[in-house]
Amino acid sequence: MKRVPAARLEWQECRRDGTGSRMVRFESVGLRYGRAGQADPEVLHDLSFAIPEGGFRWLLGPSGAGKTSLLRLMYLAVRPTRGRLSILGADIERAERRALPGLRRRIGVVFQDFRLLGHLSAYDNVALPLRLAGRPEGQIRADVMEMLRWVGLLDKLAQRPAQLSGGEQQRVAIARAVICRPRLLLADEPTGNLDEVQAERLMQLLKEMNRIGTTVVVATHNDAMVARHVARSLRLDHGRLVSA
Amino acid sequence: MARLFRRRRALLRPAGFDELGLRRALSDRMLPFLVAAMAFLAALALAGAVGAASLARHWREGAGASLTVQVPRGDAPASGQSGTRLAAVLALLRDTKGIREARALTDDELAELLRPWLGSGVERLSLPLPAVVQVRLADATAELGGLTPRLEAAAPGTLVENHGVWVGRLTALARSLQACAGMALIVVAAVAAAVIAVATRAGLAARREAIEIVHGLGATDSYIAARFAFRATRLAAAGGLVGAIAALPVLLELATLTAPFAGLQPDEGGQGGLGVLPPVLWLALPGLPLAAAAIGFLAAQGTVRRWLRRLP
Repeated sequence: MKRVPAARLEWQECRRDGTGSRMVRFESVGLRYGRAGQADPEVLHDLSFAIPEGGFRWLLGPSGAGKTSLLRLMYLAVRPTRGRLSILGADIERAERRALPGLRRRIGVVFQDFRLLGHLSAYDNVALPLRLAGRPEGQIRADVMEMLRWVGLLDKLAQRPAQLSGGEQQRVAIARAVICRPRLLLADEPTGNLDEVQAERLMQLLKEMNRIGTTVVVATHNDAMVARHVARSLRLDHGRLVSA
Repeated sequence: MARLFRRRRALLRPAGFDELGLRRALSDRMLPFLVAAMAFLAALALAGAVGAASLARHWREGAGASLTVQVPRGDAPASGQSGTRLAAVLALLRDTKGIREARALTDDELAELLRPWLGSGVERLSLPLPAVVQVRLADATAELGGLTPRLEAAAPGTLVENHGVWVGRLTALARSLQACAGMALIVVAAVAAAVIAVATRAGLAARREAIEIVHGLGATDSYIAARFAFRATRLAAAGGLVGAIAALPVLLELATLTAPFAGLQPDEGGQGGLGVLPPVLWLALPGLPLAAAAIGFLAAQGTVRRWLRRLP
């Protein structure tokens, strides 16, 4: 019998029992940085909420409210200190470490500082997630070209990040985040380094991803953007969820 | 099977694709140079081990398998037999089981033996010199119990000098040298592993951000460790090759110098040339780059995997 990877099995079971519609679920989640045994203060306290599959959420709150920490939990850069966290149907606090890379490949992340690899071309940056997933090189090219065309950078595929403008770098980061058709797309202040036009264009890309079924969470300070694109929001203050 | 298939597909990444920027992080200057130095030392240690083993064998099979018999007044008539005392001793020795050859040294050979002590012109001295018989045993471990009393009966005053004791000591010394060379080899390998581990840690620190990005995109520990290990293996193999090549002329020179001690004759390479190097070293030298590559691979894999445990 064909074996199903643990993460996928959990996801399928999750869908069968009716909870599969919850792409993200926090239950009394707390997060504390620092080494084990040290009594650093919690940066996130008792977070409980869920985001359904295909949902769109703004993540709002003042600087230092814990937005980035919350996103870090969602893209599996840290594990919760307490509570239960379920991402893509997998219980993160109990998942084996070796199960996490497979989950990460199904989560796309767009960072404010882009986090592109400076020594690689735009093409290679976008192709990287496919190569990490072991996709044969022959199949990669078409997908990468399509994605670069989608973000309007087909003519700059050989440029390195340092040779691109901030907006162009952000679009490369978007293309990299969505090339694997992620089921969960997270963006941390994605418009922070963009002008009004570029920011609006980015929002259209994110909404398009959401329209084709991707769950999208966008952390932002941009109130005007939030007002133009009405959607449900999660509001944090001092590490606590004040509205959901 | 699925894992094997995934691994095979991963091999399809373009040749030379350096997503972690390791060409700069693990420089091709310092690391190969250090590994080359280690490989050079390893070649010397290896040669020391092989040389000590060869000397021990030579001594065991040479001096250890021989006796010297001194017969005072060898020309005098033997008691109760016809012929001289020397002839009686030679006959007895040749009839003894375990003795391959018994030969009396000529006067010239005797004079040559005594030259260091008595100078030239020994034959003109009026010293009563014993006849000396050189005995070759069929086997260094041949049991010759009872030989001395029988010789004493045939020619009273005959002395048997067995070389076994000092050959045993020399063999023990050679074995100690061999053990020291082996230890040196292990230490060199350990230092090489440590050098590669330190270089890998420096590479990890230099490329920390890139590693975190790739890790966040879903790269497994195996994938990241393999990138480092591949680079370290290449650099270590290159260093090992350079070290082995650099050691070759030194080893040839040393082997030429030590050839007489190992009993090599000029026509066997005792005058120099490639033939002077023991065949086992010809086999071991090409193994050095391979050993360096294996150490590079294992040290890099271990270091990277241990470092990655800090990431979630």
